[in-house]
Amino acid sequence: MPGEDAGRAMEPLLRVENLKVEFHTERGTVAAVNDVSYDIYDGEIVGLVGESGSGKTVSQLAVMQLVRTPPGLITGGRVLFEGADLLQYPSKSREMRSVRGRKIAMVFQEPMTSLNPALTVGLQLREMLELHLGMNREASRERSVELLQMVGIPDAEKRVKDYPHQFSGGMRQRVMVAMAISCNPKIVIADEATTALDATTQLQLLELMRDLVKRLGVSLVLVTHNLGVVARYAHRVYVMYAGRIVEHGTVAQVLSCPRHPYTRGLIQCVPRPGLGDRPLISIDGMPPDLIELGSACTFLPRCPYREPTCEQEVLPKLEVVEPGHEVACHLVSKGSDPCR
Amino acid sequence: MSMKTPSDGYALEVRDLKMYFPVTAGLLRRKVADVKAVDGVSFAIRPGETLGLVGESGCGKTTVGRCIVRLYRPTSGDIILEGKNISRLPEREIRPLRRRMNIVFQDPFGSLDPRQSIGSIVGDPLKRHRLVQGKTAYRDRIAELFEMVGLDRNLTGRYPHELSGGQRQRVAVARALAGDPSLIVCDEPVSALDVSIQAQTINLLRDLQRKIEGLTYLFISHDLWVVQYISTRVAVMYLGRIVEIAESEQLYEKPLHPYTKALLSAAPVCDPELESTRHPIVLQGETPSALNPPSGCRFHPRCPMAQPECRERDPVLRSVGEDHQVACLLI
Repeated sequence: MPGEDAGRAMEPLLRVENLKVEFHTERGTVAAVNDVSYDIYDGEIVGLVGESGSGKTVSQLAVMQLVRTPPGLITGGRVLFEGADLLQYPSKSREMRSVRGRKIAMVFQEPMTSLNPALTVGLQLREMLELHLGMNREASRERSVELLQMVGIPDAEKRVKDYPHQFSGGMRQRVMVAMAISCNPKIVIADEATTALDATTQLQLLELMRDLVKRLGVSLVLVTHNLGVVARYAHRVYVMYAGRIVEHGTVAQVLSCPRHPYTRGLIQCVPRPGLGDRPLISIDGMPPDLIELGSACTFLPRCPYREPTCEQEVLPKLEVVEPGHEVACHLVSKGSDPCR
Repeated sequence: MSMKTPSDGYALEVRDLKMYFPVTAGLLRRKVADVKAVDGVSFAIRPGETLGLVGESGCGKTTVGRCIVRLYRPTSGDIILEGKNISRLPEREIRPLRRRMNIVFQDPFGSLDPRQSIGSIVGDPLKRHRLVQGKTAYRDRIAELFEMVGLDRNLTGRYPHELSGGQRQRVAVARALAGDPSLIVCDEPVSALDVSIQAQTINLLRDLQRKIEGLTYLFISHDLWVVQYISTRVAVMYLGRIVEIAESEQLYEKPLHPYTKALLSAAPVCDPELESTRHPIVLQGETPSALNPPSGCRFHPRCPMAQPECRERDPVLRSVGEDHQVACLLI
């Protein structure tokens, strides 16, 4: 698998360091993303999993500087991409514009809100090509048909003239993928891109994306709550909880031998084949309020393995448990690993 | 199919159910076509059993559920609930029966009245069907129902917006249980919830079925693993028809219909080792419209095994083993 072994020795394509994003609301400051660091290597598929509110989407929006300010604010961290820290550039700067949508592209869950309903998909594709790549009209017209063909839209010559509402949900998402790859990006971020689709359509789209990753050599970030999708398609995975990364490693490391109690809980609470009659092990309680985060372990109130050591007012740090596998848990650091 | 004597031993029997929605056009709203959302569906559920109904959007699974609790009046067919055919009964005769059959919807935000306290939401069926006498009995029963679904009885005065999605779904379950039902239709009850909350709700539904004798579920979902986990038997729908129905283990281990095979292979499992050995079957194209279903077998344009005869002959659901039926010409 690409990325798995090859990635280690190389420099990462994208390195996010200690990213912090806050939202200022009437109730107080929401710490949506807290000290998040991760790497994306060339040609790999990385899963970013967590439940709603875990900060997985916001962390991706921050990389693209798409967090609306106010209420949101990137309060710290570095986003290193092609030798520069993207956070040094203002959101509307030329540098940022040359990255956003061009070198790093994003596909969202709801294509209907990302596409302009009043313009044909051909026009929207051409706009990207002319703006970012400086193509002339003829070239962009040709290329937009070619892109629709690449993402498996039948009758592409005719369909470029159609409006978004004339496409089915699955086809619309293919159009979004076509737009994402239109400018030969280095990284595509798919934010719950297939979540709203039916199983067989989801499969079509994910297989298409995997195929494009191989053919075009891009890196793909799969932001999802579906661990099955990660198990099937990703090489590495980051697990987020309450705005922090609590565990990361290769898919085999994290999903087959999870070490963080939250990851373990997340895996155990999903019905899967061969479970038989055993009850699902649910995670008690609710995710914490991100406004009143103390300095203790954020998973503590819900953790079935908690011990007196965990009560300390110190956040667990990510620690290496085996090469390429890091876990942020006091018990793991102490050596009394509950999940082994 | 002709009218037979009411089935014995079934909590629910559905025979040749059809639900067509008219498509109108023009100034006079003349009917120009029918959307055959459900087109000849038959199945039966034994008391205390859970029948899972799976399929993709537009296959008619939700419409089946809504016909059964008579939110829709079916175009034709029989719905036999506890020996009584309710498919053609007028609304006023349905109302008292709603006590014994109920539905839990997907969206716990839209299905609870935001202006009623959750206590009065759960108590509503008690009043409507005059199930308790006196205020104390009313209050006690609500407290009992709250306890059954794992809600704190002190929450009765709260309003839906004050609750989390999981709690709201518990309220919907408590309301469904209030009339002491024999059948609950669960229409994607956990799809809107986060996975950790999903597990709590699924466990609750299973526990209730163990505690309440004869409680029967029709569990509608697009999530194949949730359905496998909770169901005794599973029916797979495609374009208004059941294409395969079998005992749960049988269906998941030895699926026969090409669509069932594709659907199962499409659903990823959170197990990297297992995933590396699976070979997903990628279907071509998209589900055709129920307005104009394909000739012959409805699945033939997308079927990887299709033969010329599949274009002409419409397969019927027939037995291929003990409690296993398939609608495919090639099997």
